[in-house]
Amino acid sequence: MTGFLGLFRRLEGPQTLGRGPAFWALFALVLAGALAYPLFSDGYTVGNTVYFFVWVFIALSLSLIWGYGGSLSFGQTAFFGIAGYGYGILTINFGASYGFTWIALLLAIGMAALVAALLGYFMFFGRIGGVFLGIVTLAVTLMLERFMAQTAGPEWRIGAARLNGFNGMSAMPPLTIPWFGGPIVLFADVGLYYVVLAMLVLVYLALRILMNSSFGNVIVAIRENPERAEMLGYDIRKYQLITFVIGAALAGLSGVLYTVWGQYITPSSMGMTAASLPLIWVAVGGRSDLTATIIGTLVVLSGFQALTIYGSQYALVFMGVLLVLTVLIAPNGLVLGLITWVTKRVARRKQETA
Amino acid sequence: MALLQLRDLNKHFGGLHVTNSVNLVLEQGEIHCLIGPNGAGKSTLFRLILGEHHPGSGQIWFADEDITALKSFARIRRGLSVKFQVPGVFKGLSVRQNLEIALQSRLHGAALDKEIEGLLAFLNLEAEQAQLAGNLSHGQKQWLEIGMAISLKPRLLLLDEPTAGMSPEETHMTGEMVRRLNAAGMTVLAIEHDMAFVRQVAQRVTVLHLGQVFAQGSIDEIVADERVAAIYLGQAHA
Ligand SMILES: Nc1ncnc2c1ncn2[C@@H]1O[C@H](COP(=O)(O)OP(=O)(O)OP(=O)(O)O)[C@@H](O)[C@H]1O
Ligand SMILES: [Mg+2]
Repeated sequence: MTGFLGLFRRLEGPQTLGRGPAFWALFALVLAGALAYPLFSDGYTVGNTVYFFVWVFIALSLSLIWGYGGSLSFGQTAFFGIAGYGYGILTINFGASYGFTWIALLLAIGMAALVAALLGYFMFFGRIGGVFLGIVTLAVTLMLERFMAQTAGPEWRIGAARLNGFNGMSAMPPLTIPWFGGPIVLFADVGLYYVVLAMLVLVYLALRILMNSSFGNVIVAIRENPERAEMLGYDIRKYQLITFVIGAALAGLSGVLYTVWGQYITPSSMGMTAASLPLIWVAVGGRSDLTATIIGTLVVLSGFQALTIYGSQYALVFMGVLLVLTVLIAPNGLVLGLITWVTKRVARRKQETA
Repeated sequence: MALLQLRDLNKHFGGLHVTNSVNLVLEQGEIHCLIGPNGAGKSTLFRLILGEHHPGSGQIWFADEDITALKSFARIRRGLSVKFQVPGVFKGLSVRQNLEIALQSRLHGAALDKEIEGLLAFLNLEAEQAQLAGNLSHGQKQWLEIGMAISLKPRLLLLDEPTAGMSPEETHMTGEMVRRLNAAGMTVLAIEHDMAFVRQVAQRVTVLHLGQVFAQGSIDEIVADERVAAIYLGQAHA
């Protein structure tokens, strides 16, 4: 029981912004707004909103590995793709009955995590760190992209699932909840919105607890000074590996949800552009904080989407400019910088009036 | 009883023989100071003991166990702890969190908080507990790192120039702290240039010169040794 209460206490702490009744009231307000939102909108728009939520998990994975852990992984899209294709292959072969889509979701994430465990083992226990981690992970995702892009021929199939080269794999079943009156199929609509929102809230809260726990303490300690962390008796490679695997699972969740959302996944989801964009969202938002990462990702992503109406090349250039501005103005992230600035002002105001 | 034994330890950096057939025995319960001119190989010897460097030949025994092949964290868990020459605090984290990270594998909950309060008072860092460790003065960083090192309740505490950047009063206080820890059972090996500190704490002194054990004895014997004076003077002239 005290252990359970202890978890609640960990929702706040030095590693996450936001504490106290004011913060949680705001959290409840935002959540209520998000819950009520489909009532004031149409299914199509709600479905498009899910698309933005889908990307938040891969952004959180980068926040965890890079922002908290201090190792830049350039290849989270590899795990995104593995899980996305994995879900497709599984469900195209075994269908959606008996709730299998949920098992496929877990298995697909498990595949991404397994690959990350193997890759991470060689990297961290081989003491490949720093910039080399970025290079290796980028190489892996680009390699996967190239490999999938040349699978156009009919010989490239796993069971009933054609890999289909750069045209990508499609027509996998959406997530399906078995129900008494007949299964509920979650198309990109209100149903999927609530499911993904619930996942988002759970993952966000779970990560807050994790980062404010003693595990999270060690993760940021490794970021700050790995030698000192090891000299306090921590096997830092083990912590780095676990973080990397959790991150891969989150990226994998993004990949599965993306595939489920559009019933479609292509090799370009593991390409250079796809690999860079999450880095930009997270850097602009504020990689070392979960909340700033989520806000940053949603804001930048919607901005990007609005700009692509005028042509995606402009949107990409704008992303580049935004990144440069961030590095110059607020290296820890624009959203994070803004939040810290506002809280400092409020605190000072309070002090002055007191 | 010997707590730490270095047996015929050798280490080369390219052509440089930084650790040259070093034999050193540290008795359980003593405060031992390691002195020597700049570049003598003192810090390197610490890194060998800690497993950050691996010796070309020779063995390291700790508490009757050959630890030569062990990883650093495993040596720490067996009862070693260190304060580095360049303070290795977690700069981007608060003072309090620095201590928490050092203590959390041993203590939890209320006991952890209580120990942190005690340490903050002991280190004279109560007012700075919410500050980022990177904003502390050099001397305060030294104290914080010493606090983190002793948080592990080590059997052997390694201190690499603990008083660098401290005023004479602070140096004296650090010396008293080391003596108190020693009285409570901790064995200490300290690298130090400040002879007042060495005189204050050391029960035995080893002089390292060009990677070799040059002399060993009580502080008075070392100070009286003309050969030792010569290597320091030699360095001053060079
Ligand atoms: N990683 C390394 N690679 C190459 N040379 C090194 C390395 N570390 C130390 N050295 C060299 O080894 C010699 C001993 O260095 P060490 O740091 O052990 O000396 P020290 O006795 O601690 O000196 P100081 O009193 O200045 O701290 C020096 O000449 C130094 O330049
Ligand atoms: Mg040194």
